[in-house]
Amino acid sequence: MNWSYRTQKTVLLIGFLTVPLLLLILFSLYPAAFLVWLSLTDWDGLGWEMNFVGLDNYVEIFTRPDIFSVFRNNAYYFVGGLIQVALALYFAVVLNNRLLKGRYVFRMLLFLPYVLHSVATVIMFRNVYHTEYGSLNLLLESLGLGAWKQPWLSDRVLVDYALAFISMWKYMGLNMVIFLGALQSIPEDLYEAATIDGANGWQRFRHITIPGIYGVIELMLILTLTGALEVFDIPYIMMLGANDTETFVTQTIRMAFQYKKAGLASAMAVVLLCIVMLVIWVQRKLLYKGEKREWSV
Amino acid sequence: MERLEPWWSKAFKYATLLVASFVVLFPIYSVVIGAFKTQKEYYESGLALPQNFLNFDNFVRVYEVGKLGLGFQNILIILAVVIAGNVLLGTMVAYALGRFEFPLRKPILGMYLLAQVVPLVTTQVATFSLVKELGLFNTIYAPMLLYMGADVLQIVIYLQFIKNIPRDLDEAAMIEGASLFRIYRSIIFPLLAPATATLVILKTISVYNDFYIPLLYMPSQKLKVVSTAIYAFVGPNAAQLNVISAGILLIFLPTVVLFLMLQKYIFAGVVSGAVK
Repeated sequence: MNWSYRTQKTVLLIGFLTVPLLLLILFSLYPAAFLVWLSLTDWDGLGWEMNFVGLDNYVEIFTRPDIFSVFRNNAYYFVGGLIQVALALYFAVVLNNRLLKGRYVFRMLLFLPYVLHSVATVIMFRNVYHTEYGSLNLLLESLGLGAWKQPWLSDRVLVDYALAFISMWKYMGLNMVIFLGALQSIPEDLYEAATIDGANGWQRFRHITIPGIYGVIELMLILTLTGALEVFDIPYIMMLGANDTETFVTQTIRMAFQYKKAGLASAMAVVLLCIVMLVIWVQRKLLYKGEKREWSV
Repeated sequence: MERLEPWWSKAFKYATLLVASFVVLFPIYSVVIGAFKTQKEYYESGLALPQNFLNFDNFVRVYEVGKLGLGFQNILIILAVVIAGNVLLGTMVAYALGRFEFPLRKPILGMYLLAQVVPLVTTQVATFSLVKELGLFNTIYAPMLLYMGADVLQIVIYLQFIKNIPRDLDEAAMIEGASLFRIYRSIIFPLLAPATATLVILKTISVYNDFYIPLLYMPSQKLKVVSTAIYAFVGPNAAQLNVISAGILLIFLPTVVLFLMLQKYIFAGVVSGAVK
């Protein structure tokens, strides 16, 4: 090729960016924009018949208590997520100790659930929670705790905890490994210096560990929040929405594809989108200050 | 310093680790033993080990009835195309945006940033009608294109990484007369390999696990992937618990084997993927 670098650059930019940008616009940006338009219509999701109804769908969302109240179910996943982050941090600190025997085995074991297939995991827990033959109740019985046996999935209160636990079970190890990665970037001599100065374990944790991985803790909390808002798999597979376990996303999907209220579902999706983007925006603008990324806008 | 740690503190740490390991392993244990039991045995023997660990009946049944073979085949095809596409397109975009200044650069970066914060689950109502309109509904191309177009993780990872490849290398190659495409192919692409490894791991996990996209876009029996195939076992046509256990175990197996073989890379991958 004897083209000048100027010509080459133009050709390369067009050649390298056209297809990726087309995909990006088609499957990510256009749907988001289209969604906003659909949310202003009474579309049923089937044909192309739709009427502009203004903000009616939004009014419906905010005035129908049954739509907004499902966020209560999302809240269980969020609280479970907070416990999960705390446990992950604890185990990361414990496993970061070089003198701990078997630390690699424990790290591997605790991370294992994350690599297990997610749908199969939820179905596995259906078997664990089974009232009569579930291994959890069998275990309680064999430990002499037969009185603690519960109908885990049919009890209205317990079911929320049971489902949130699956999420904790699956993601605790992932958080832990991410924390471990962050902990390993804290220089060892900081701890040594602090020990010489007479700091105890808690003081070292409070004044060296926490500040050292603050950014990662924050990131985990944001991911926990957005993850909890977007929960779908667990309630959908486990309960098929029964027993009041609907989350915002399962409800949106049902509204669109089962009740054929695509306009209303779109408005619900826009509401969720706004909440998630607000959370991310708050994180980037207020919390991540100082650390400007090359491509942040 | 750690030697001064009192015994009770150490004991507490080991106790919590053992409890956590038990919590992790117990559900898996119950699936493993259940998978080898006959139906009668499953309901009678509780938590005991199966009488015969060579009883593969459940595996055979679930594999045939559950169309797991088809599920594995379809997901492998999707994975191969999605990963190849993501690596290729991702490195191309990173080279174009990471190495050249041009008027549209900022707006394009802004578009990727926007796409990154739009959660995939929320926009499906609109995406669904688009996919139908394009005639992609109920084809294997729908998830392929969606995984390639709607997830922009690869761009984030590659853009971060390409900054650390010295520009001197590009310039030296230009002095030798290499074309820009040659620089991409022979310098940038190979040097992005560590980022590619991270990406392959993260994408494999997320695509193999994904339930939402195949559920929405591929209802056809012929287009079952692993997650939708096993999903067919719950609900009104639910199979026996022992047969389901065998299915779960079969689906767990491939990723567990990969995990045990590639542990080091997977740990490194998830860490760099999260703290991108």
